[in-house]
Parts: sequence; structure tokens; C-alpha cells
Amino acid sequence: MKLINKVLTGMALTAMTATAAQASTLEDVRAADELKCVVTTGLAGFAAPDADGRWEGFDADFCRAVAAAVLGDGDKVKFVPSTGKTRFTMLNSGEGDILFRNTTETLSRDVDLKLSFLPVNFYDGQGFMVPASLGVTSAMDLDGASVCIQTGTTTELNLADFFRANGMSYEPVPIETNEEGFTNYVAGRCDVYTTDASGLASTRAKFDDPSLHVVLPEIISKEPLGGAVRHGDDQWHDIGKWVVNALINAEEMGITQANAMNLAANVGNNPGINRLVGSEGSMGAMLGLDAKWAARAVAQGGNYGEIYERNVGPNTPLQIARGLNNLWNNGGVLYAAPIR
Amino acid sequence: MSTPTSSTNPLLRAWYDKETRSVIVQIIAAALIISFFAYIINNAVVNLSNIGKDINFGFLWDNASYDINQHLIEYSSTSSHFRAMIVGLINTLLVAVAGIVLATILGFLLGVMRLSNNWLTQKIAYVYIEYIRNVPVLLHILLLHGLIVSSLPRPKGSYNFGDTFFLNNRGFQMPSPDFQSLFLIVGAFIVGGITFAWWFSRHAQKVQDETGKAYPVAIINIAAIVLLPLAVYFVLGSPIEWDVPALKGFNFKGGMVVRPEFIALWLALSFYTAAFIGEIVRAGIVAIDHGQTEAAQALGISNSRVLKLVVIPQALRVIIPPLTSQYLNLAKNSSLALAIGYMDIVATIGGISLNQTGREMECMLIVMAIYLAISLIISSGMNWYNNRMQLVER
Repeated sequence: MKLINKVLTGMALTAMTATAAQASTLEDVRAADELKCVVTTGLAGFAAPDADGRWEGFDADFCRAVAAAVLGDGDKVKFVPSTGKTRFTMLNSGEGDILFRNTTETLSRDVDLKLSFLPVNFYDGQGFMVPASLGVTSAMDLDGASVCIQTGTTTELNLADFFRANGMSYEPVPIETNEEGFTNYVAGRCDVYTTDASGLASTRAKFDDPSLHVVLPEIISKEPLGGAVRHGDDQWHDIGKWVVNALINAEEMGITQANAMNLAANVGNNPGINRLVGSEGSMGAMLGLDAKWAARAVAQGGNYGEIYERNVGPNTPLQIARGLNNLWNNGGVLYAAPIR
Repeated sequence: MSTPTSSTNPLLRAWYDKETRSVIVQIIAAALIISFFAYIINNAVVNLSNIGKDINFGFLWDNASYDINQHLIEYSSTSSHFRAMIVGLINTLLVAVAGIVLATILGFLLGVMRLSNNWLTQKIAYVYIEYIRNVPVLLHILLLHGLIVSSLPRPKGSYNFGDTFFLNNRGFQMPSPDFQSLFLIVGAFIVGGITFAWWFSRHAQKVQDETGKAYPVAIINIAAIVLLPLAVYFVLGSPIEWDVPALKGFNFKGGMVVRPEFIALWLALSFYTAAFIGEIVRAGIVAIDHGQTEAAQALGISNSRVLKLVVIPQALRVIIPPLTSQYLNLAKNSSLALAIGYMDIVATIGGISLNQTGREMECMLIVMAIYLAISLIISSGMNWYNNRMQLVER
């Protein structure tokens, strides 16, 4: 019986250490020397592997910026693809450290799903795309249509609300990924594809002739998209939050991918810039990082504006105008809290 | 004579005793298993509470807020998650039952074809079975769904069968019956007909056993169940109004629709399972000694009756146990519905509800409990049938 006791005590001890060893996410990430970032399974412009298997896109760049700030190297990111349904479970179960997956911030996700959202980095809204040949000009003409919709998204709930509020009927055709939605839409299983307007732009850009498909003018919801981390690790949340704020502030202050490291090397005469790039003050230390965290984040993929223009802006296949996603002093609503 | 040193140590002595050793090993094994599960359960509970979550089924009564395309009971986005779960459960049962029926019919056909003396028939069954059962069922499902959605025309170009039935890539549209109150009388005649047929078959059997006189049971029963109610139906002036589907805007309005997702899942599961059932049936028939057939033929019984009265009742005893596990497989494989967006129990409560509420643990427990219940019901039903079919020793 002594042996059994030993075994049982051993088991109990392992169980206790396994649960007690809840190190902070920052320590875990440093120990692994790798940031596990939850992204989509593939949405061109936001996060999708290119021909060489390198993940590219708006969300991917935010992952790299965080890795650059925390680990000093923007390439130390392990991208964890997830569907709309699996993303939160993957984050909460620790398969990912941070999530950048064009995810809408809502009360129930914040509170009930136990997520902590980072500042909004993309203001979006749900739209509809239909083949131009249908001759539909307004979402109010969609009564009786079959609608392809990604399951496990806020768009699914908005869609139900929209049709109910307008007394119209529809057939929901549930799909798992953007790719599957594209296939069903092309085959004509559904008349309409609905998702965030940015996602529609991304999908539409994949057609040989995008002009054969129109995005209807109605935007039926607010979709503030942002990154997220698990509830309960405030330090890690702060890091994510201030990396996003730093990228937006960097655009406002004219800190770019090209000049960020130079600015960090010399103490200039603009205190705001000095604090951001770490040549003055101790912002990095407050976060548990080194002084040059934000400078590296910007040098990795550029400031917010550069990331936007490179991945989804008017000169990319997605052709999404800055619109709401412009700086507050430029006609948009991006208004990041100051770094001081 | 010196006693072995080992016998002085009571622990070692116990170890060398075969009986005691086996008890010790079992106790250790049981302790390991129990602590393993205790660890896992404890881990789940601790981890959930670490991120501030509890286990609570209250969300089932909240609004589901999403729509489900195929619902056999009343359902809308204002219904509860519980109702969404029931809708999903009904969809699962529908495809499982329809699949089991079709797979059984096809499977028996294939089994008999495999034993046919006709070279072509036999080879067709052989090729079918070897192809179907050696490709994963998920691929069959995706292939069929892709075929239906991509190769059938869109609603505007539907195949039109007499302006009442339509086939397109949104499904098979057909009229739905709207029963008038007079139909109750027809219903009463159908119930009466079935009751009569049941009584008459037993009576005819009894008469035949006693006197050897055979009634034309089949014809009389069909007349009672089908022809008489049909006559009543027309006499009453056809008390069913048919709601015929018609193309309106994007889709057909009115009538009923069998969606491509259901058709693809149903056919793929049936075709796949039928291949296995075919082999089981063949094995069952081959297991019956040929002497049985010869003996029956020697008595001058016709070939079809030899099969019906001698071979099949005996073959069933071999067939039913493995058949049960095929039925279980089919019911469980129906969860692959997820791949093509058929709204079964996994897609509703285990999918969308789970995701929208973030209650992973609760939803997964519910789904597992439901599959367990379905499987146990199928097993016990088949066991009951198996016991009835077993050799009754006199």
C-alpha cells in the first residue's frame, strides 16, 4: 500500500504543479521564443499564406509587430489558422497567445467568452455581395434569397436580425471558411454572400473579373475589428494594447518603417516621438519590455498607415479606401491613447 | 536446508504469491486509471475556473439568435438554444433513419448480387463494394455535394417535372400537402385498413396452419390499406390541397424542399454503409450450409420460398450482430454533416450555439450524451431483434 500511496501523492503533486504553473503569458512567450498568433485559415489581405508559405496581410503584420516588440524579431511568429468557430477556443485553451483574426468586439465575447480585446484596428461593417447579373441594387430586394454565411460569426446573428427586422425571408446556407463560401457562391448554391465589407472586398478581388459582382450599398452592422487576448493576464493585455496604440500613434507622428530605428538611436527634440521610440522615459520598462519595443514594432512592418496601404489599401487588389480607418485628424476615427 | 532469504521479507513473499500478486497489480492499475481521470477532470475544472468560467446549462433558455434552414418543427431566430438543439437532433435522426433504411435495402441487394451466377451482376457489385468502402466517407459526402451544387442548374433553369416537381442546385422542390378536416375520415379508413390487415394476416396464417387453405393475403391487404381509403378520398372530393412550389424571385416559394446538403449526406452515408452491409449479407448467406438449400429443393419448394423460408431466417442470425455495428457507424458518421453545412446536432448545439455562447464544455457534454443515447437505443433495438431471430431450442 505504501507504493500506491507514493504513486497517488506523485500524481497529486503533478496535478498541482501542472495547474499552479500558470506562468504569465509574457514569460511563456519568452520561454518558447515564439509568439503563437491565431489568424484566419486564409483571407487575402488580412492573413493568408503567399506562394512561399509566408503569412501575409493586415492581421499577420500586427502579429509580427507584437513579436518584434516582445521578442525582438518579427519573424518569431507561429501562425495558428482557425475557423470562425474554433478561434476563441484556441485562444482560451492556450493554442494561441494572441488573436488577430478580423474579429468583432462585442459585449458577450468580451464578458462571457472571457476575452480581453485590444484597441480596434479596423472599423468594418457587414455588407452583401451578389452577382451583377441578378440586377439587385439594394439589400431590401433580397427577400427569399439563399445567403451564404460563415458560422460562428457576428454576421450570422446580424443577418438573422436584418431579415427579421425587415420582415423578409431567406435561406441561410452555413459554411465554415471563406474559401468554402467562395466555392458555394460561385457554384450558385447561394445568391448572396455576406460578411464584413473588407472580407467581401477580399473575396471579390479573387474573381477573374470582379466587375461581374457588386457589393450592395447597405452596411447592416457595426463591426469594430480588433485583436484579443485571454482574460486575466493584464500585463499581456497591456502589451498587445500598447503595440496597437504605438502603431497608430507612429503614423500620427510620422514614424515609419524606414526611420523608426534611426529615431530610436538619437534623442530628438520631439518628446512624444522620443517616448514612443524609447530614447526618453521608461515606457518599455513599465510594460515589462525593453526601451526599444515600439521602435522595433514599427520598424518590422511600418506604422498603421503603412500596414494598411500595403495590405488592403486602394493600391492593393482589395481597394478599400481608408474611410473610417483614417486618423482622427484626417477624417477617420482612429484616435489612439497617447504614449506617456 | 536454509530458507530462501526472500521468504523472510513479507512484502516480497506476497509478491511471489501468484494470487496476491495479481490482486496487487489490479489495485495499482485501478489506482492509476482513477488518478488519471481525476487528474483530467480536476484539470478541466481548475482551468475553467482560472479563466473565470463555470459549468452552467442556463444558456439553453436564451435566444439562439441564428436561423436554421432545415427545421421540421417551428423554429426562428427568437427560439431558444434548447429548441435549436431539438431541431438539430431531429435533423440527425432524420438522416440516420433514412440512411439506415436505404443502406439496408441497397446492402441486401448488393449481397445477393455478389452471389449471383451472372458474371456481369456479380462484377458490378464487386467493383462497387471495393471502390466505395475503400474511400473515406467524408470524400463521398463532399463529392456528392459538389456534384449536386455544381452540376445541377440554378433555380431559373430548373428541371421541371409537370410544373409540380422541380430539381435544381437548391434541392428537390415538391408540393406539400395541406390536410383539410375531411381528411380525418380518410385517415380513419387507413388506420382501419392497417388494423384489418394485421388481423387478417394472422387469421389467414391460422387457417392455413389448420386446414392448408391459403388466402390471397397480399392482394386483400393492399386493397384494405390503399384502395379503399383512396376510393374514400375521391368520394369526399380530394380533401388535400397541394401547395405547389413556384419560382418567385431568387427561389421557389411554397411546397417542400429536400436540400442538397440532406441529399448528399443521406446518399453518401447510405452508399458507403451499403457496401459494408453487402459483404455482411454475403457472408451470412455463404455461412448457411448448401445442404439446407438442397434439402428444401428436394421437398419441391420453389426457389424464392427456399430463400424466404430456409436460407434468410438462418442467415439473419449471422447477419444481425455485425449489422448493428454498421447502423451505429452510420448514425455516428452523420456528424460529418458539418463538412457540407447540414444542420445536425453537431452543427447546431455543438457548433453555432457553442460558438455564440462560448459554453464548450456544456455543449460537448450534451452532444456526447445525445450520441450515446442514440447509439444505445439502436443497439438495444437490434439486440431485441437478434434475440427474436435466434434459434429457438425446443
